Amino acid sequence: MSAVVSPLRRPLITGNKTYHQITEDLISPTEKTPTKAWVIGFVLSVAVLTFGIFCIIWTIWVGIGSWNLNRTINWSWDITNFVWWIGIGHAGTLISAILLLFRQKWRTGVNRAAEAMTIFAVMCAGLFPLIHMGRIWLAMFIMPYPNTRGPLWPNFNSPLLWDVFAISTYLTVSLLFWYTGLVPDFATVRDRAKGLRKKIYNTLSFGWTGSAKHWQRWESLSLVLAGLSTPLVLSVHTIVSFDFATSVIPGWHTTIFPPYFVAGAIFSGFAMVLTLMIITRKLLKLEDYITIEHIESMNKVILLTGTIVGVAYLTELFIAWYSGYVYEQFAFFNRALGPYWWSYFGMMFCNVVSPQFFWKKSWRRNITLTFFLSIVVNIGMWFERFVIIATTLARDYLPSSWSLYSPSWVEIGIYVGTFGLFFTAFLIFVRVAPVVAVAEVKAILKSSGDQYIGDNATHGHGHKHHSEHSDTH
Amino acid sequence: MANNKQTDVIFGLYNDEEDLLRAVKAAKKDHLDIYDVYSPFPVHGLDPILELEESRLHQAGFIYGAIGTLTAFLGMSWIFTKDWPNIFGGKPYWSVPAFIPITFEMTVLFSAIGMTVTFYIINGLGPGVVNTYLDDRITDDKFCIAFDKSAVSAERAESFFKSTGASEVNSKTI
Repeated sequence: MSAVVSPLRRPLITGNKTYHQITEDLISPTEKTPTKAWVIGFVLSVAVLTFGIFCIIWTIWVGIGSWNLNRTINWSWDITNFVWWIGIGHAGTLISAILLLFRQKWRTGVNRAAEAMTIFAVMCAGLFPLIHMGRIWLAMFIMPYPNTRGPLWPNFNSPLLWDVFAISTYLTVSLLFWYTGLVPDFATVRDRAKGLRKKIYNTLSFGWTGSAKHWQRWESLSLVLAGLSTPLVLSVHTIVSFDFATSVIPGWHTTIFPPYFVAGAIFSGFAMVLTLMIITRKLLKLEDYITIEHIESMNKVILLTGTIVGVAYLTELFIAWYSGYVYEQFAFFNRALGPYWWSYFGMMFCNVVSPQFFWKKSWRRNITLTFFLSIVVNIGMWFERFVIIATTLARDYLPSSWSLYSPSWVEIGIYVGTFGLFFTAFLIFVRVAPVVAVAEVKAILKSSGDQYIGDNATHGHGHKHHSEHSDTH
Repeated sequence: MANNKQTDVIFGLYNDEEDLLRAVKAAKKDHLDIYDVYSPFPVHGLDPILELEESRLHQAGFIYGAIGTLTAFLGMSWIFTKDWPNIFGGKPYWSVPAFIPITFEMTVLFSAIGMTVTFYIINGLGPGVVNTYLDDRITDDKFCIAFDKSAVSAERAESFFKSTGASEVNSKTI
């Protein structure tokens, strides 16, 4: 991170903190007994998760016939939910990786929780490709391993297999990146703990000492993982979009899908991060670390990506008309005026109209409005995937195949169950690990703490280091 | 790196990274052989003063990534041209554009896993590794310079710590 910070920057850490106070504020939630809110949330999440597991077992036992899929609409809630969860996961990597490459200090307030959210979201997403197989006990067949069936290899030309590699890589790399950042913070928890907790955190912190050489390598590793994760984010959702773009279905077979999906993923991911962070900062009293500046910065990203998504929608409509291709034209006619018109207008309102509120600065900095709109955006993005998948399949080339779809209780149960999985995992994370990146926040205190910069600065700004050590090495 | 033999160190704790940087510079000026420097977060400007060699981790990362690229690309090429060629969608057997996504993902995967595992091995870190720590507050808010007593005498070290403003001086065997 650059040493000199402009005096125009707003402080990212408020409350006149010292390094020790940062440790106290961020680590103590893992040391206290859980609050009533946490316990209620945890019990609810586990209950919902249990129902979801029951529905998954029902699906595997009874078969995909327990879903309302048919030959025409052979993908709907399963793949909608898959793409929705993967999209949500992209914000974490973006906040950690891309904002690191762009040297944005504000990432340090939210990156740890956002990365955790990515991992849990990808876990939820990964369920769907597995259970929608039907014969999940043959799932190993998708892996290229020497076997007695020829050996029979999977089809490397298929986007569905590219997805397998992309999602697996994404989960692994996100996990490695997240854990690498956590090691020094677990060491901080370890050094405050006693007895069994100390032993547990000693194992989790891998013996971290804080040696200068280790920090140097840690920064080098973080930078390269960030550099790897950035194209990974872009490629993973591009590959997910290829599930549709490489087909021949009108409304699917379009080159706009890769950038459209990636922008939409970042859009919904940031909205989910905001939803979670607004609640977390209130309950864990972290308003000094996840400040209005952080929320405003995330709202700016939502505004940008929401506008890109809106432009993509309009481009699709324009090109459908301009191309003169009747099937493409009909696909959009059907989306707006067909049997699922309500989902199309829901999508348009939630995704195109709602982020435009963030043009006004005071609304960007309004927490209640942000929270409400973040949920609206996520609903809108779910509708978008539903519109793309189910409504398009309902009315493709051959009218005799046209069909309708509504979800069965099993499909709804599985989707709701993934929320249970996500929140259970997130609540455990909040209990066990510091939600904010402790070491990274300490590293920006001198440049971004409110005693050094901003209106209440007492120490004066502009903290020059003697040697320009840039962390590109 | 984890030491196999015991070392007697004398170390000083500082309250601020500015003090630490000044002290490290003073130590280098006086040609004092520093055993190690510890901090609760990466201190910028420290590595060049300590004359730490740049980490070669990213060179290793590049090599691991290249291994991933070759594994994926050559693997798919052999499978679809030699082992069991199939015609998919009328495309040629050696359909390079279709191989790109998996090749890219495997590059990233190998590079990330390889680099991370290398990082832990060369640092001597890992699940279950037990290191002796000089002080619990180093991961909180204290910055530490440690000298090996066999390289720098205790009196020399103590006067150095006093002159550079260390808040505490202690000894330990690690």
